[in-house]
Amino acid sequence: MAQLQAALPQRLRRVSVWALYAVGLIPATWGFWLGATGRLPGNPVKEFEHLLGLWALRFLIATLAITPLRDLFGINALRYRRALGLLAFWYVLMHFTAYMVLDQYLNFAAILEDIARRPFITIGMAGLAMLIPLALTSNRWSIRKLGRRWGKLHRLVYVIAAAGALHYAMSVKVVGAQQWFYIACIALLLAWRPLRPLFMRRKRAGAGGQRVTPDQI
Amino acid sequence: ARPLQSTESPLSTDEKLTPESDATSYNNFYEFGLGKGDPKARSGKFKPTPWTVKVDGLVSKPREFGLEELLSFPLEERIYRMRCVEAWSMVIPWTGFPLAALLDTVEPLGSAKYVAFETVVRPEEMPGQSGFFQPLDWPYVEGLRLDEARHPLTILALGLYGKTLPNQNGAPVRLVVPWKYGFKGIKSIVRITLTERQPPATWNMTAPNEYGFYANVNPEVDHPRWSQASETRIGEGGFFGANRRPTLPFNGYEQEVSGIYAGMDLKANF
Repeated sequence: MAQLQAALPQRLRRVSVWALYAVGLIPATWGFWLGATGRLPGNPVKEFEHLLGLWALRFLIATLAITPLRDLFGINALRYRRALGLLAFWYVLMHFTAYMVLDQYLNFAAILEDIARRPFITIGMAGLAMLIPLALTSNRWSIRKLGRRWGKLHRLVYVIAAAGALHYAMSVKVVGAQQWFYIACIALLLAWRPLRPLFMRRKRAGAGGQRVTPDQI
Repeated sequence: ARPLQSTESPLSTDEKLTPESDATSYNNFYEFGLGKGDPKARSGKFKPTPWTVKVDGLVSKPREFGLEELLSFPLEERIYRMRCVEAWSMVIPWTGFPLAALLDTVEPLGSAKYVAFETVVRPEEMPGQSGFFQPLDWPYVEGLRLDEARHPLTILALGLYGKTLPNQNGAPVRLVVPWKYGFKGIKSIVRITLTERQPPATWNMTAPNEYGFYANVNPEVDHPRWSQASETRIGEGGFFGANRRPTLPFNGYEQEVSGIYAGMDLKANF
């Protein structure tokens, strides 16, 4: 169950989480550097916007994958879930900022019109809005304070991931293989949630049958 | 690509050219894939020679034109703005000749009202035309009204930047209609047919609410998913060199072409 955690000594475990934050921000930093120095080909602003959006989706997928990874393969990466979720939030925020500043030159009239009138932008914006309370309550204090309600609140991530996939698919002229790949990943990860109680009950029943009895030890 | 001789044209713009490397690496040509870099990266197997274009339909003298015959029309350099429906633009020096010159040689009948165009279908050379995800119905087809097709600005292009067309730009022969969105500029043409009825057009059939038959550049008619009021010029440096500029009616060719749409509601006929 806890092989991955057990493999790392206590001190390194904490460091590994910070390393994840650092590594996670490399694509954005690299993309920004390439774009700012004129090294992104074609339409650098769009390239950068798309890079940030794709990485936001990837981190959302990684966040949603933590639970099924543990359920199905016994890999416990729970320690990294908060970092992955926050990285997703930062990438969505950077994605929106790039659109607002680099693409639209802070033309707020045009931005508000986009958000109000273009369904794919409305949906993307709703995803960002829903991520804000999750990011704000991602600290230990909030988890303690909110108790059970914290879990309920953070189920919003399912809606956010669906919104992200939809936003991506609706933004392109034709839905191609790449869009279908992300839609399929998110659909599978979301589908796992309602299936999970059934699977866990069976797994527990199976494990119960083979439980090691005290006299065998 | 081999060099092409041509003469200058008063119809050229004097705006700054888009770098050739951008015009030949940032393309929409779904026959080679959906990504902007796919046409350049995945068109290596495409063979643009030998080539023939069949011209038929409502004409007195239907016939086929070999590529050498097309190259023997008096070629001009036409430097045009190119406005993509995706709200980006370029300035490209095309080499070609007016489509009207070709139409004259086949003598359209009085009943001909439209011109239909068709792109080649070669799944074995065009990786976007094979595989599980087929974004569009092939062949790619487009159409113009006969007066649009005969307008002096409308050309068949055989080259850009003084050389024959690279595969990713629609080799060996493509349509350029500078006051319309780029998708009207059908590439790798194999057939031109004169018709009485308005012919089908690929993007118009795929998403009729997003892409009209006319597809004239119009800052006042938004694409449902983005505004067409402004555009990004490609190839002007990184984030901070790029600039959004206002999009002009008919892509800046209003004086030359608005007459042929007199009395038409261009918002309904977008």
